[in-house]
Amino acid sequence: MGNFFKQVYYISWADLMFMKHNFWNILIMTVMSPLLYLIAFGYGLRTGTSDIGVPYVAFVIPGIVALSSLSSSFASTSTRMNVQRLYYKSFDEMMMCPLSTSAIVFGKCMLGLIRGLLGCSLMYALGMVLEPEYISFNVLVVASILMSCMVFSMLGMTAALLAKSHQSMATFNSLIILPMNFLCGTFFSVDSLNPIFQAILYCLPLTHASQCIRSAALPDYLDFTWLSFAALFIFGLAFYVINYHLLKTRKV
Amino acid sequence: MSDIITITNVVKKYGEKTALNGLNLTVREGELFGFLGPNGAGKTTTVRCVTSLTNFQEGTIIVDGHDAVKDQVEAKKVMGLIQQQISLDKDLTIRENMISHAMYHMMNKKDRDAKIKELSDYFDLGEYLDKPVDSLSGGWKKRAAIVCAALHSPKVLFLDEPTSGLDVNARRLLWDIIKLMNQKGTTIFLTTHYIEEAELLCDRVGIIDHGKIIALDTPAALCESVGKYAVEYMVDKNTKYKYFKDQDEAKQFASTLDVSNNVLLRRTNLEDVFVELTGTHVGV
Repeated sequence: MGNFFKQVYYISWADLMFMKHNFWNILIMTVMSPLLYLIAFGYGLRTGTSDIGVPYVAFVIPGIVALSSLSSSFASTSTRMNVQRLYYKSFDEMMMCPLSTSAIVFGKCMLGLIRGLLGCSLMYALGMVLEPEYISFNVLVVASILMSCMVFSMLGMTAALLAKSHQSMATFNSLIILPMNFLCGTFFSVDSLNPIFQAILYCLPLTHASQCIRSAALPDYLDFTWLSFAALFIFGLAFYVINYHLLKTRKV
Repeated sequence: MSDIITITNVVKKYGEKTALNGLNLTVREGELFGFLGPNGAGKTTTVRCVTSLTNFQEGTIIVDGHDAVKDQVEAKKVMGLIQQQISLDKDLTIRENMISHAMYHMMNKKDRDAKIKELSDYFDLGEYLDKPVDSLSGGWKKRAAIVCAALHSPKVLFLDEPTSGLDVNARRLLWDIIKLMNQKGTTIFLTTHYIEEAELLCDRVGIIDHGKIIALDTPAALCESVGKYAVEYMVDKNTKYKYFKDQDEAKQFASTLDVSNNVLLRRTNLEDVFVELTGTHVGV
């Protein structure tokens, strides 16, 4: 087991060095879009009180944290892996080393996980400053954010492994990631939509991430959505299995 | 000399296209093996199959006694690869690339630091270690890539067209490095487009065409199999070649040609063997 974690660290080391070299750049990129969403949707389009009885800003901040976990984790893992695999060819160098496939899956997801955690933590801290009466910090918040970042980092890896070119990554972003950003309960409650839309949106991981983080952040107003937490875990497991299969069968 | 790589009946298909068509090949421990073939003949695919970078549909590959599919981790421990395209991570420095490679081979800090120092001194890379990859010229990047691939002291080193795109000086330097590594005991598997490279460096040469080995021997024996002497002459603006076992026969044939044919009698080289067997010139 110790050897496995050592492999995960060794695999992620190069990505962590990349993050170290570009820290301020990455930090600005990580917080910029969530901040813009907060200003535009939280304050610009403020709609008073939400359905659950908390100010709209308190309602939307956990949604923006979920969105931040998607955008930061997915983008970090997918972009870096895509570049390493298709342009630098350094991914092949790693693939021909005596490493376990599981360690490669987790190791290559570390950059996305860490960058996602960084973005979510900053956004969540800001939320606690802006709405201290409503937004609380607890173990379930940490667990939900961690799970969310891991799931989206795994999804980023899947996208990068399947991408045949930079263009196909851009297409994936436009068709899957962008609609998820806006529709998956980040800025409004999914339950306010008609049942067909609800059913579609519950098939997407960001809906469950939003529900988990929001219910964990507002414990006085919402019960924690254990079902969504389980769904998020299943999404993570599914992406792990796909990534493992793609690497093991060398279909990359 | 025992075999370090044994490829048996390997079939690799990309969709409908067959890249390796029942490939059989053995590489002996400690030799400098050259792998030649026209573009698309299956050279890089062979390297990718042996190094477990690509799967294959049929056959077996054994590397140093380990099955390259079933016992992949053990097989990977004894191999190093320098890809056709420089495959360093351009977001990192040269030293970070080396550390990262050593980490992929689970080397501890003490061992990897010592090995990086030893190899970078040997390859004169010391002053470039903390520079970004893109600040180095092609030749220096290749050297850095070789150090990365050699850090874990592999028994077999695959070099996939290592000198393509390099200038003459850088190419010759790299030839010296390859020879020295081979003299130190590393088995070298070299794919190349440069015939003189194979002639100069290799103990044995395999020629692959349409995914199959069509010739395998020492450069001298291959030349002899075609005919030791070649007569090169022009007919209707096209160069023709005729090969002879005996010098006198070659001279006799040359004497029958007109001066306007630009006749040249010379020893057969590996390029002649290549053209004769594949019907194409190298790199075509």
